[in-house]
Amino acid sequence: MELTDIIVKVILIVIVFAISLVIAMYSTYAERKIAAFFQDRVGPNRAGPFGMLQPLADGAKMFLKEEIIPTRASGLLFIVGPSLAILTACIGSAVIPWGQKLTIGSTIIDLQVTDINVGILYIFGVVSLGVYGIMIGGWASNNKYSLLGAIRAASQNISYEISMGLSIIALLLVTGSLSLREIAEQQHGFWHDGWFTWNFFKQPLGFLIFIVCAFAETNRTPFDLPECETELVGGYHTEYSSMKLGFYLFAEYINMFVSSAVMATLYFGGYNFPFMELIDSPNLVTIIGVVVLFAKIFAFIFFFMWIRWTIPRFRYDQLMNLGWKTLIPLAIANIVITGIVITLLN
Amino acid sequence: MSTFYFIAFLSIFFAILVITARNPVHSILYLVLTFFTFTVHYILLNAQFLAIVNFIVYMGAILVLFLYTLMLMNLNKDNEPMKSNIVKIAAVFGGGCLLVTIVASLKTLAVSQPVVLQNPELGLVKNLGKVLFNEFLLPFEVSSLLLLSAMVGAVLLATKDKQPKTQPDGKLY
Repeated sequence: MELTDIIVKVILIVIVFAISLVIAMYSTYAERKIAAFFQDRVGPNRAGPFGMLQPLADGAKMFLKEEIIPTRASGLLFIVGPSLAILTACIGSAVIPWGQKLTIGSTIIDLQVTDINVGILYIFGVVSLGVYGIMIGGWASNNKYSLLGAIRAASQNISYEISMGLSIIALLLVTGSLSLREIAEQQHGFWHDGWFTWNFFKQPLGFLIFIVCAFAETNRTPFDLPECETELVGGYHTEYSSMKLGFYLFAEYINMFVSSAVMATLYFGGYNFPFMELIDSPNLVTIIGVVVLFAKIFAFIFFFMWIRWTIPRFRYDQLMNLGWKTLIPLAIANIVITGIVITLLN
Repeated sequence: MSTFYFIAFLSIFFAILVITARNPVHSILYLVLTFFTFTVHYILLNAQFLAIVNFIVYMGAILVLFLYTLMLMNLNKDNEPMKSNIVKIAAVFGGGCLLVTIVASLKTLAVSQPVVLQNPELGLVKNLGKVLFNEFLLPFEVSSLLLLSAMVGAVLLATKDKQPKTQPDGKLY
């Protein structure tokens, strides 16, 4: 690897990192504005024009709050919990292809941090690691409500990982590749050979299962049982204050961003858009592609929020029934149907 | 090579911490770290698929369940069950036997040539799948049968003693 390559990669990593943080920050603002819109309120409008500085004010508040570590808490693990939560949230974006190749002079910049050939499984591994942050934090707090929240998070994540994996298997039957870059390339344009190229139109049921599981894995309403305030005070973060609480809340928004990016890449064509072959300049295609990908991501983030302010929280037994008795059989049926269709078409 | 020795050192170090840690939850967390170093070993061997599967299945699922069980049991010094002396002596004896066996097997072990991979790409998904579903199809399917039987057994254990409770109005809940 040459020095320029390394510099380019480092710059790319920093940009991706900064973008995910900024988007997570403004997701909190968007969440409150959208909630206000749904409930016919105004929402935050004091800090700056339209309340645009509200996330900064919130961040400053979080940093300046008193730092409390409970006496009976397990000291180191109490700090490791939120750190792990935000770490696993941030590393997921490493394999997402943000756009095609960009050519500046003689250097070709690949708009993807790394293209490992097991990209989907990497995302899957990071997701499964995410639960440790919540479990460790909940256990280390030495509080029964926190512990219950942590245990709920663990069982919920494990249950929904299964159907998520099964829905991905059906997708793999269609794409034949585990690399996110290749999957994105296969969805080039919008229409090819008499059918849509985007995987959503080939795997509608798989996408439905995937998005339900994504809600459960990111602990978003209607599946935010680990922090169900009517039963568990604050769930796993009951004992947390200051920026450690901020990390937990922030990790949720970064997770939402990364899972939106994954869904856009896997099922909605990633950086591809209709009529992209009509544009001559490859750099222009790349730039429009990046913009299109982010538009898709924002649409998904809006969808996450839309669901949150529309659908009430599930009960715990309903959550388990949905996961084990509805989604898993549906996902298996989806695999079988996909297999049959692919065999018949060939 | 030095990377290998460093990671191998970490594996053994964390593995020792697993058995010396006083708190069972700490012990599981060290086990998580041990499995993470195994993942790094697989990556060093260019077995990407095995690495990521080890990551997902062992670190992401099995150890989460371990942690889950330990958190529910709430083990600490106060309610640690007292073990009788006979059990302790039996444990020491069993451990000694294992040690003797391992040392004996090490003694007979010939110094092996460093393994040269026939095909360095073997660990990638496509090649692994071809080997698994051509040469080793029968063992693969048989092992899946084993997992199925374990699952059926677990379901049977869970539903064995379940008495349906009825409310006065006859509804099940």
